[in-house]
Amino acid sequence: MRSILPILTVVLAIFVLWYGMAVKLNAPWAYDKAKRADVTLSFSEMVADTWSQNKPRLPAPHQVTREIWKTTGAMIAKGKAFSKRSLIYHGWVTLSATSLGFVMGTMLGIFLAIGIVHNRAMDMSVMPWVIASQTIPILAIAPMVIVVLNAIGISGLIPKAVISMYLSFFPVVVGMVKGLRAPDHMQLDQMATWHASRVQVFWKLRLPSSMPYLFTSLKIAMAASLIGAIVGELPTGAQGGLGARMLTGSYYGQTIQIWSALISAAVLAAVLVGIIGIIQNITLKRMGMAR
Amino acid sequence: MSVLAAVLVYWIASLALNVWLANRYNTRLVRLVVPAIFGITILVVWEGVVRGLEINPVLLPAPTAIGVAFAGALDTLWVDFVQTFVKGALSGYIIGCGAAFLVAVAVDRSPFLQRGLLPVGNFVAALPIIGMAPILVMWFGFDWQSKSAVVVVMVFFPMLVNTVQGLQASDHMQRDLMRTYAASYPQALMKLRLPAAMPFIFNGLKIASTLALIGAIVAEFFGSPIKGMGFRISTEVGRLALDMVWAEIAVAALAGSAFYGSVAMIEKAVTFWHPSQRGQS
Repeated sequence: MRSILPILTVVLAIFVLWYGMAVKLNAPWAYDKAKRADVTLSFSEMVADTWSQNKPRLPAPHQVTREIWKTTGAMIAKGKAFSKRSLIYHGWVTLSATSLGFVMGTMLGIFLAIGIVHNRAMDMSVMPWVIASQTIPILAIAPMVIVVLNAIGISGLIPKAVISMYLSFFPVVVGMVKGLRAPDHMQLDQMATWHASRVQVFWKLRLPSSMPYLFTSLKIAMAASLIGAIVGELPTGAQGGLGARMLTGSYYGQTIQIWSALISAAVLAAVLVGIIGIIQNITLKRMGMAR
Repeated sequence: MSVLAAVLVYWIASLALNVWLANRYNTRLVRLVVPAIFGITILVVWEGVVRGLEINPVLLPAPTAIGVAFAGALDTLWVDFVQTFVKGALSGYIIGCGAAFLVAVAVDRSPFLQRGLLPVGNFVAALPIIGMAPILVMWFGFDWQSKSAVVVVMVFFPMLVNTVQGLQASDHMQRDLMRTYAASYPQALMKLRLPAAMPFIFNGLKIASTLALIGAIVAEFFGSPIKGMGFRISTEVGRLALDMVWAEIAVAALAGSAFYGSVAMIEKAVTFWHPSQRGQS
């Protein structure tokens, strides 16, 4: 709790910086407009103008907030929460791809980790390639993945989820391998004296002790799979989603629209990671592992 | 069909060889050979499946076809590499990591700012920063400056968080010893805190090295001059010349691995004293 004040200070500083930057970046356009209209701007008029332009280079926070409200809250009030102009619709498209990719990536990661921990050959041959696989910038080849999967008749949700999966399985593998190896020799020996089979050791010792590691990597994986889904929406053909919002915004110079999509993505990321954090707290508390 | 059968036999044979090697020996050579065999097996199976099932090269080209495209377009690949990696990613990486490092050292003297910056930095590091790309391209133009800016924004926060954490890594006993030596703040920083922070700093540098390449390539999708890896990938996909796309991906993978590897090598030289490094030689 004692870190609330510092955090608020930093957030406040960011907002001040944001408004300042908005003035600096939008001022040339404001002066240009004034010159053409043959009026001279006082400083306060200039500042007011930079914070209320239609297509600013950097929209001020309150403009972005208004745009977000217009496309979420106001839409609900009008009963059109899922129309194509509403951010809720686009957020939902992104969220569904993200969660599907996240679930697939987590499953793949856990299975790989179980194999790596239990099989030496797999450990030696797969692990280096898992690490190498992450140096391939999958985000960069996302458009190709989508085009190719489209060509063999898979479109819509799955291609985006595949990209999310590719990004999210890596932290899970690394975290789970660490976690499944977390029990020390003393504990493993104890299981051996009880004549526990490998399956029993897995369910009663290795899996429970890997939980803290699992949740930490799930948080990273969730953030990564959201990024994957958004980038998967960037190439042409994506009908909806926050990424498509950003792309159309950048085509038509609608900076406010880009920023509102960006902020909604940030809020979505925070909520998803927060949910995992809550599940983590409950689980670890019930397992007696809460710190 | 016979090609597929041969691939299957090869696959099983190499798998058996790997299992035998891994369970039998545990030397440095085996640790290199086993993953190498695994990688080659993947390539062979890929080639065999593409030929055996006669998959359309528009969907998935065979590794040999990619190799031919690679060798045939070395000039283009080099131009793209310089544009994206050297000009975009590397300059952004240096600026971003450098700036984050300096900010972390500056913040280090104030516990108040640290407590505020760490959670906010952690939060921002988890955000889809890549979404800033269209905005930054709008601000800095189409050439490499905008790519570099995207990379700066992407690597800044992971690096900042890691450095701030690293600077807190030295324990009280060590700091007290520094006080008894009457060490000034810069002395304590240079001789104790920075060396102790090195494992964390290199962790940040390694994360940033993969982010940098991704940032530079993705930023090119939002507009770029007629060269660069991201530009080439998106245009060649449009022309369905997938062998060229895969050649470009191979360049990206090689550059990324080499970049990561060199950071890891420097880390090994600088933090030779750390337990995670000592066990491996």
